[in-house]
Parts: sequence; C-alpha cells; structure tokens
Amino acid sequence: MNTVKKMKTLVVIAFSTVLLQGCFEAPNTESTQTGYRGTGMLSTKNEGTVSALKVKNELPPMAAAIPDNGVGPRARDVFQNVQVLGDLSVAEFTTTMVAITEWVAPEQGCTYCHAGANFAEDDLYTKTVSRRMMQMTRDINANWQSHVGDTGVTCLTCHRGNNVPEYIWFNEDGPETASGMSAKSYQQNHAAMDVGSTSMLSDPFSKYLQEDPAPIRVVAQNALPYKNTPSKSSTQATEDTYSLMIHMSESLGVNCTACHNTRAFTSWEQSPPARMTAWHGLQMVPELNKTYLEPLGSTYPEHRLGALGDAPKVSCATCHQGVNKPFYGESMLDAYPAWKGAKSE
Amino acid sequence: MAEYQNIFNQVQVRGAEEFGVPVPRGDRERLGKPFFSRWAGMIGNAQIGPFYLGFTGLMAIVCGVVAFEIIGLNMLASVNWDLVQFVRQLFWLALEPPSPEYGLSIPPLAEGGWWLMAGFFLTLSVLLWWVRIYLRARALNMGYHIPWAFAAAIWLFLVLGFIRPVLMGSFSEAVPFGIFPHLDWTAAFSIRYGNLFYNPFHMLSITFLYGSAVLFAMHGATILAVGRYGGEREIEQITDRGTATERAALFWRWTMGFNATMESIHRWAWWFAVLCPITGGIGILLTGTVVDNWYLWGVKHGIAPAYPEVYPPSIDPALGAEVAK
Repeated sequence: MNTVKKMKTLVVIAFSTVLLQGCFEAPNTESTQTGYRGTGMLSTKNEGTVSALKVKNELPPMAAAIPDNGVGPRARDVFQNVQVLGDLSVAEFTTTMVAITEWVAPEQGCTYCHAGANFAEDDLYTKTVSRRMMQMTRDINANWQSHVGDTGVTCLTCHRGNNVPEYIWFNEDGPETASGMSAKSYQQNHAAMDVGSTSMLSDPFSKYLQEDPAPIRVVAQNALPYKNTPSKSSTQATEDTYSLMIHMSESLGVNCTACHNTRAFTSWEQSPPARMTAWHGLQMVPELNKTYLEPLGSTYPEHRLGALGDAPKVSCATCHQGVNKPFYGESMLDAYPAWKGAKSE
Repeated sequence: MAEYQNIFNQVQVRGAEEFGVPVPRGDRERLGKPFFSRWAGMIGNAQIGPFYLGFTGLMAIVCGVVAFEIIGLNMLASVNWDLVQFVRQLFWLALEPPSPEYGLSIPPLAEGGWWLMAGFFLTLSVLLWWVRIYLRARALNMGYHIPWAFAAAIWLFLVLGFIRPVLMGSFSEAVPFGIFPHLDWTAAFSIRYGNLFYNPFHMLSITFLYGSAVLFAMHGATILAVGRYGGEREIEQITDRGTATERAALFWRWTMGFNATMESIHRWAWWFAVLCPITGGIGILLTGTVVDNWYLWGVKHGIAPAYPEVYPPSIDPALGAEVAK
C-alpha cells in the first residue's frame, strides 16, 4: 500500500469517526443491572451528565429548624394579613420568609413581593402568586406523599434561585407553519426540545397534564381484538403517549426501564416500583395545574403569560430538572418544617 | 502502477461501447450516448448508458416526482416556506396521514388529503416501475426472478400503507412520510400492539433479514476467495466444475459439514431476501386485525417466559381508583 492510499484510508476513517460521534452518547456510560439477568433491565448513567447534575442538585447549607413547642405568639397574631403561614411561630415565620427570598428572589430581595413600607399590602401580583404557591407546596407535602414521600418539596425544588422556575410550559399552537390547504403538522414533525428533540408531539402537556391523564394508556389489554372490548387507541395516540414518556425520561434522567419492563410496557406485575411513584406524579401534576397554576392566569401581568395568554404550568421537569429525585432525594423539610402543612390548632 | 494478481482487480480494461441486443420491435430505442466513468468502474461497469426509459418508466418517474413534490412541498410549508429550517429540520419533517376520525373517508387536503394523494402517486409509481422491470426481463428473455423479488418488497409497502389500514378501517393506521416520523411510528406501532418482538412473523422477517446479510457475506467471501482459480465464473462452474468450485465446496463441507452448490446458493440468497418482506408483511397485516397485543398472545401460547420476581409486584393503581369510585 503506498502512502497516498494510506493517507486516504486514514482520512476516511477519521471522517467516519467524526460522523459517528454525532450518533452516540459521549463515552463513560455505566449500566447497572436492575432486574432479572438477561432481561435488559438496566439503568444507564453517563458520567459527564451525572457530574454536572450533582453540582446543580447540591442543597444550600441549612441551619437546624427553630424549635416550636406551640407556645408563644403565632405569626398571624403579630403580623397583618398572613393568610398561609400564620400558624408558625414568629421566629420560624421570619426565617421562612428569609429562606423564600433566597430561593426565589435572591437579587430583588423582599421588595420582589412586598411593596414599599407596608409588608402587609397585597399590591404586587408576585405576592398573590407566592401565596398561592405556598398553599400548593403545603398541599403537595401533606396530600401527595404517594409521589413526594417524606422528602417533600419546597420553593427551592422548582425555583432554584429563579423568579420563575426554569422548566415551565405554556399551551402552544406549535411551530409556525404555512396556512391554507397545506398539510397540518399537528404540533409534530419539528425538532421538539421538551420531548428529547424527537419529531413527536411537541406539547404532550396540554393533552395529558392539564385535564385528565387517563388517555395516556394506549396499549391493548387483550391478546385478541375482542368485539366486546374495543381498544380505541390508535398508533397515532401511542406516539403522543410516547412523547410524554420521553419527556418524563429526559426530565428524570432515567431510561424507560426505570419504570417499565420493556417487554410489556403495561404489565404492572413486572414493573419496577418506581412506576407507582410516577403514576401518582401523573395524577398530581394535572391536579396542581388545575387547582393552582391555571387559575393564576388573571393575576399575572401579560409578560408572564404564554403566547396563547395562559398561565405558566408545571410538568415533570419543573421539579425534577434532570434527576429522578430532586436534590438526589435529600429532604429540606426537617430544616423547614413550615412546608409540611398547616400546624394543627 | 496497476497490479494484476487476480481477475477481481481494479484494472479497468476499456473497449468499444457495448450497445446490447436490439430492443424488440415496437419498443422505444435506448436513450443517450454511452460514456465511461472511471469512478463507476471502481464499483461496477465503467460504461454508463444507453438507458432504456420506455412508457412505464416515464410514467413511473412522473408519478414519483408528483409524490415527491407533494411530500416535499408540504414539508416546506410546515416550516412556513423557510428554506433554512427546511434543510435544518429535514429529518424531522413529515406529511402525516389523516386522523382516526376520518376512517377511510377522504379528508380535506390539509388533514390527510395530501397524504392520500402522495400515497396514491407513490404507489402508482412503484407499480409502474414493477411493470417496467417485468417488461425488460421479458425483452431480454430472462427469468422473472427480479420482478418477483421487487414484488415482495412492494407487498410489504402496500400492507403498511394500504392493505392493513383498509382492514383496520382507518388510514390513520398508515405510516407518515418522513425520516424520523416514520421511525417514531414504527416504535409506537410496536408499543401499541404490545411489543412486536413477540410476533412470530416479525421473528421470521428478522431471521431472513439477518440471514440474508450472513448469506451475502458468506457467498461474497467465498467467491472472492476462490477468484484466483476463476471462481467468479460461477455459471460455467455449475456444469464444468473446476478447482475453484471444488475448493469452495470443500471449505464449507470441512467447516460446517454441508455446502451449497454454485447453483443453490443463489436460490438460498433469493429466498432469504424475498421472504424477509413477505413474512414481515404478514406480521404487520395480522397486527391489530387478528392480534391486538403480541406480548399477551405470546404468554397465551407459551412463547413469553415468566422470570423470577426481582421487585415486589405492583398492582395497577388505577384499578384501586376504579373500585373507590
């Protein structure tokens, strides 16, 4: 083989390597077996991704909670217009307020929600919104333990120092397309970042996380298409479910096999226990959107609303932000017991 | 400096243009003046042309262009006529079939009408091209192995885009035209019908697909390996078995106890290739029409084994909710 030929070969090999790089994940992925041997039940983690996420999911230093024996004046007795956290002791109330500022408006400080000298006034929309968010946080920790367990959530879980959490969603019309008689795209067939840059439904949220999550189920429950139990779901509906599932997988940084045995996606008998937690999450998110997020649409100024004039809403990514347990499952509730729910009188 | 060690080599010996046998009476003449390409010579015959188009060929190309244009222009419209986005997102763009509510009726253009039209012209184009291949095989007094092999592929194409959707009563069950979208469709199709890997015809199709690759590699390698003894003259060696055939046969008899013959290996290859889309098409045709969930079907017929429990088995939480209601 002469030198020119060798060079040619090298160039071809180098070029193909570069081309192939685009197709695969960066090296250093590690697979852990999670199910019975030989069934492909694996959890795959990429070292690079994980180390970046570890930095993002470190909790700030937390002091021990201020003990509250229930004696002494309550916040509602000392301050005016305390509608949600009035059951806290004055000391705990103050610490909690400081913490909220750190979590949600570290740059703007108290005045992000409290206007001027009188902190009791409800002049700013941000105060009305944060009050509702506090009620939501307490509701989640008290009534959705099936999803959040004892770990619970705080403002920080979603906000992470931002006024508006990074991962929110709005109703959308889909990307700009030509009108008239050109074929519709049905909010598909464009690179959609929320669903793992696939070409599937770019907004599975409006379909499943706003009203009823039940139509997520698309797989036939019988071996044969019996006349008396028609399965209405189509292949097209399955793509939409698939799109939501990709969103979950991306938001949680897990494979399909974190929740499913992929030989039979529907079979609960063969599913890892995480699927149960996820199921409760899929019940919780539409409830939160219906009860807390959507009704705030009239409170927000225009620049906080989506293109269709709707309020920002939550999806799996809002809390999870790339990991299966936000902050890798470390709880903040011991340090901030105020969020566990209203203290009984 | 060219090397000449083997009859399979890169030396391009060039003579006068080859025009082939005269076309049958009534057929159009072949088009174009033949020319030689060194690059084509590296992977095949260096002579390009003359080309036979004919009526069916012309019509196939016309219909194909119509389908291609319908798909392409609708994709371009889907990015609002933005050429940059068209190139950037080309692999994501698609022309979608109608929604389930339209069933087998003809939908408005924007809601599947274009898809139906593209499918119609593409099918017509493919069928016309099949006729063309059939007629050319007849013109050369060949067997019809090539048209029938192509027909096997057309069978799978028709099952996916027409026969199965008609049996299911809805064009929405057909495949979108698009690179990633048709792959998403494939994955969703398998999920919807409970995992296609438990479909025995899917198994057969994969067997023939991978089997074809193995056979092709074995046959190609064998003939190249005995090329130094004139092994590429396969057809002569069927009747006048030379040392190339002897060695090739002996090699496989030594290594696996059995050898195909110079004749039978081509039947092996043809049947493997043809059975891949035939069995695949049967598998698709049965999905949703006869079997709704292949995994459960596999359990019923003892082909899906049960594995020891690793996690505590869960119970569908929705069942509990139903009972509570």
